[in-house]
Amino acid sequence: MTISVAGPLDQGSLRAGVARRRVLRNTLATSFVWLAVAVALVPMLIVIVYVLRKGGGVISAGFLTNDLPIQARSHQGGIGPAIVGTILVTGFASLLAIPVGVLAAVYLSEYGSQSRLAGVIRFLSDVMAGVPSIVMGLFVFTIWVLRFKARSGVAGSLALACLMLPIVIRSAENILRLVPRDLREASYALGARRSRTILMVVLPAALPGIVSGSLLAVARAAGETAPLLFTLGITYAKNFKPTGENTALSAQIFSNASSSFPAAQTRAWGAALTLIVLVVALSVVARFVASRFTVR
Amino acid sequence: MSAEVPEVIERRALTAPQRAIGDFVFRYLTVGSGLVVLVVLALIAIATTGQALPLFHHNLHQFLFSKVWNPQAARPQFGALGFVFGTVVSSAIALMLAVPVSVGIALFLAEFAPLRLRRPVTFLVDLLAAVPSVVFGLWGVLVLAPWIRHIYARLAGWAHPVPGLRVLLSAGQGGGGSGRSFFTAGIILALMITPIVTALTREIYDTTPSGQKEAALALGATRWEMVRGTIFPHSRAGFVGAALLGLGRALGETIAAALVIGSSVQVTGRLFSSGDSMAAVIANQFGEATDTFRAALIGLGVLLFIITILVNLIARAILGRTEVL
Repeated sequence: MTISVAGPLDQGSLRAGVARRRVLRNTLATSFVWLAVAVALVPMLIVIVYVLRKGGGVISAGFLTNDLPIQARSHQGGIGPAIVGTILVTGFASLLAIPVGVLAAVYLSEYGSQSRLAGVIRFLSDVMAGVPSIVMGLFVFTIWVLRFKARSGVAGSLALACLMLPIVIRSAENILRLVPRDLREASYALGARRSRTILMVVLPAALPGIVSGSLLAVARAAGETAPLLFTLGITYAKNFKPTGENTALSAQIFSNASSSFPAAQTRAWGAALTLIVLVVALSVVARFVASRFTVR
Repeated sequence: MSAEVPEVIERRALTAPQRAIGDFVFRYLTVGSGLVVLVVLALIAIATTGQALPLFHHNLHQFLFSKVWNPQAARPQFGALGFVFGTVVSSAIALMLAVPVSVGIALFLAEFAPLRLRRPVTFLVDLLAAVPSVVFGLWGVLVLAPWIRHIYARLAGWAHPVPGLRVLLSAGQGGGGSGRSFFTAGIILALMITPIVTALTREIYDTTPSGQKEAALALGATRWEMVRGTIFPHSRAGFVGAALLGLGRALGETIAAALVIGSSVQVTGRLFSSGDSMAAVIANQFGEATDTFRAALIGLGVLLFIITILVNLIARAILGRTEVL
């Protein structure tokens, strides 16, 4: 630890020099830190402003509900099928990933805890969280699309669910661990069994945190594109069924962004704004739930 | 935390068999859910490797050590090296940009920020994390790339007389090129990993005992001296872990890179020229791929999978020691 506290007492000028240098260094560090904040936030604000400006001009009731144009260069049409697809595919993925993830977290925090199996599962779930999302897409392509010879909403949901699962597990386990031990012991003292204690005492106490963590996972999945590229297919008319090819906002943005037609690019901005609003709304609700109903 | 069930309750279990069954079923339901992770991960490894086998059998050496990628030729060649290079270079650029910035933001939030700025800035950084990668990609390809090519051209002009920088900063084909390049991809990736690295770095800072910080300040240290004297020595290993976890993210990031890296595979020192990365080429070419071509792309996925997992494991091992994860 090197802290130059003060110079020799009898050399006033030297001491003033040292002091000035120290203050100068402190000022430099402070400015660096402010600069870092600006460097990260300015591009982000620029991105958001662009999306708002370019996307805001396109958004209309028709744009949000009309079917996709068959030809990318066409100015007609909207992104209705993509919105339907995003909600459907993300929703179904959540139905798959959240219950399994929460139950796995219950095992990790309530049953397994220190056991070796829990250690292995915890480790593998960390590993799974690090698997690139494109690999999830390739995986579902090989086990589902190749087997059933069809891309579909279900296949896309499976890929997203794989992505969500480790996120849900980690956040739910962390929340479950925050539930005070006293609550469990009080429940046992009343004669409740372990499963009843978990279902009636521990999970309700942790519910806000679990909901919030799960919503963040949903938000993450809703914005993902890579797992959907080879699994979802494409549709130009709204498809409300889990079977059959579908599309999603993120996939639409991706395909339109690489297009050179201005109409397609405009549609991409509109879809981007819609997607950001959706994702940010989910994140804000998650934060609100977390802060409003904290674990007692 | 294992709340031990008192003996009394265990004995009463025998007197209420149905409830005991319920208990049993629920317990194994949770165990089963935990095992899903294990099964899925095993399936990922087996299924993808299995699909890539045709390529690994015949051309593993070429795949790993050649940089020639020519899937449409009469005798197609599948060398992954160019893509590995692109992935590594763009991620390295992202790290070099993101780590200092993240360390700075985390310091700002932990020590330097006026109290009333902390919450809004934290919120904005979290918001940055919420922006989907495809939106960054969209902005990168339609706004950033066309703009930054002029900067690249100017930098190339300045760097031209300097021998070392001449190649590094040369502006690629046709003046500033398209603006889609290793470096542009690096910038976008940096934006995307900044929130996670910042969040981790903050947690690392929090492991510094506040007694030490206060002691330093009490000795008359300036804020910066306090940071250098107490927080940094505590955080050195943690920085490496946080950076590696960010690297893991950057390596696997697909969509943004696919849009802005330029999709032309080459191994070059020219940072401003277009390249390609493993994830990006899978995203861009998988749709039209069949047979060996498809196997090669899945093989790239397997390679990416292995590299990312290794980086993540090392990161977690380091962070585990610092008790952040």
